[in-house]
Amino acid sequence: MGQNIIDVRNLSKSFNISSKEPGLKGTIKHFFRRETKSLKVIKDISFEIKEGEIVGFLGANGAGKTTILKMLCGLIYPSEGSILVSGYLPFRRKENFLKNITLIMGQKQQLIWDLPPIESFYLNASIYDLDKFEAKKRIKKLSEMLEIDEELFIPVRKLSLGQRMKSELLAALIHEPNILFLDEPTLGLDINAQRNLRKFLQKYNKENNATICLTSHYMKDITSLCKRVICVQEGAISYDGKLDLLLKKLSPVKEILIVCRSEDDAIKLENYGFTVKNKIKNEITIKIENNSITSSLKTILNNFDIEDLFINEPPIDEIIGKVLIKKDYDI
Amino acid sequence: MISNLIKRKIFTLLKVQYSNMLEYRVEIALWAISGIIPFFMLNIWTNNNLNESINISDVMLSRYFLSAFFVRQFSVVWVVFSFEEDSLMGKVSPYLIQPLNPFFRYFAQHLAEQLTRFPFALIIAFFFFIFNPESIWIPNLGILLLSIVSTFLSFLIQFLIQSIVACLCFWTEKASSIERLLFIPTLFLSGLLAPVVSFPAYVKSWIYLTPFPYLIDFPANLLSGNETNISGGLSMQILWIFLIFPLFKKIWSEGTKKYTAMGS
Repeated sequence: MGQNIIDVRNLSKSFNISSKEPGLKGTIKHFFRRETKSLKVIKDISFEIKEGEIVGFLGANGAGKTTILKMLCGLIYPSEGSILVSGYLPFRRKENFLKNITLIMGQKQQLIWDLPPIESFYLNASIYDLDKFEAKKRIKKLSEMLEIDEELFIPVRKLSLGQRMKSELLAALIHEPNILFLDEPTLGLDINAQRNLRKFLQKYNKENNATICLTSHYMKDITSLCKRVICVQEGAISYDGKLDLLLKKLSPVKEILIVCRSEDDAIKLENYGFTVKNKIKNEITIKIENNSITSSLKTILNNFDIEDLFINEPPIDEIIGKVLIKKDYDI
Repeated sequence: MISNLIKRKIFTLLKVQYSNMLEYRVEIALWAISGIIPFFMLNIWTNNNLNESINISDVMLSRYFLSAFFVRQFSVVWVVFSFEEDSLMGKVSPYLIQPLNPFFRYFAQHLAEQLTRFPFALIIAFFFFIFNPESIWIPNLGILLLSIVSTFLSFLIQFLIQSIVACLCFWTEKASSIERLLFIPTLFLSGLLAPVVSFPAYVKSWIYLTPFPYLIDFPANLLSGNETNISGGLSMQILWIFLIFPLFKKIWSEGTKKYTAMGS
């Protein structure tokens, strides 16, 4: 892993929001005296991201994940604090900075609706100062990686969502950026399309040593792509570290289903001192803390006649869901 | 090398936008037809012999209004509506993080649309001449070229004014309502409804201090062969561009700081 490519210090962002009471009275009041208040959506956050890292931003809707990405790519202006991306202040939108990044937002498109994607690709290529030969080479390479071919010549409006998303990705990556900001890139895609997209992103990250900042509500995107996650709760960072450590913290206990040879063994095991979740005939489910799992399993295998054994990992969506739902969850 | 890159950028932008506009050729034909206000005005003027009061013959008046039709066809601007929609729908966001000001896209769209509009405008002019054969004239090459330049400058002025209004989207979200306000003086003072020469002297002296008479009246007079101060008119057009452009740059730079990327 290389040096820091993103450096965020004490970053905050406030928006002026106007509110309106329902009904005619509220409308008239809103017309004559509009009440606006400043809402701090990002609160004094700091983090660094290294070159080549893939970082997932986790948080409930409205937590501030997308606002962070928008500030990182220079789309919106920060209210306080500093951001350095690849040595640039993003909001200045210098040409060299813009040539180094891309932002992909699920369901938002930059492709020209009535023309085939290939036209948008060549347009983007010229915007990023690529000559025709280089553009052709990159379109070929990326279309092979994304497994799109005939779709390049069909008007965008006639493509399926998955095909369109792949084309969007190609358009956004034609200039081979080093930093990718992906906001819900798999939104609305079917399972196969999601998997292909993840495979593609892994490959792109490896081949280009690209740094990827990703938000997604599909946990599979996060678990298969990100080793590191940043949890955002009400605009503040509640966790920044390895994903597996977070999972261990949030789910310190594993459930083990043990199938004993006889019901007697199951009864003995029930009384051995483990925390038992349930017991049905010769099948018993016990809970073991992650840090003592090896020693506990050794004890069970040495002292009981075991026919089969299953370790049940709690579903990751459920674990992460705890972070998203319970705002004051202690991580 | 650098100029080649810029040329290719412009060429690709125009080529792609032209292909896009061709997808809307029927709509563009209808828009071209909808721009025949000058012909209605010609009818009102000639039927009421209003031209006698300003010493313009019927033939010169019909040439003026046909020229006004042409100038309008190739200087009409709608950037505020496109930008407002794109801004509200969050479509501006991907453009903002590309190394090309989004207004170049809209500019190319307008040029491409003008190119698509051209044959339809010619057809309309052809029918105009069938009904008004006495109005047929062929301007000399120099005047024709100057008229094209002047029409393009008129387009630039309108594009810049509307782009400034479009940038107000960063503050008001519904900037097109401000454009509606601007449409009123544009309609009355630009020469679309009546040649500016027909206004009372004291009103004219004020009108010529605004950019409006240089949008339709000046290029239309130039093309139709009416008496006009060519160098003065062109200088005023260039002056207005030099005045408006820095204002646009300033508002754009301040506006993007206010951008909240809503809808995306």
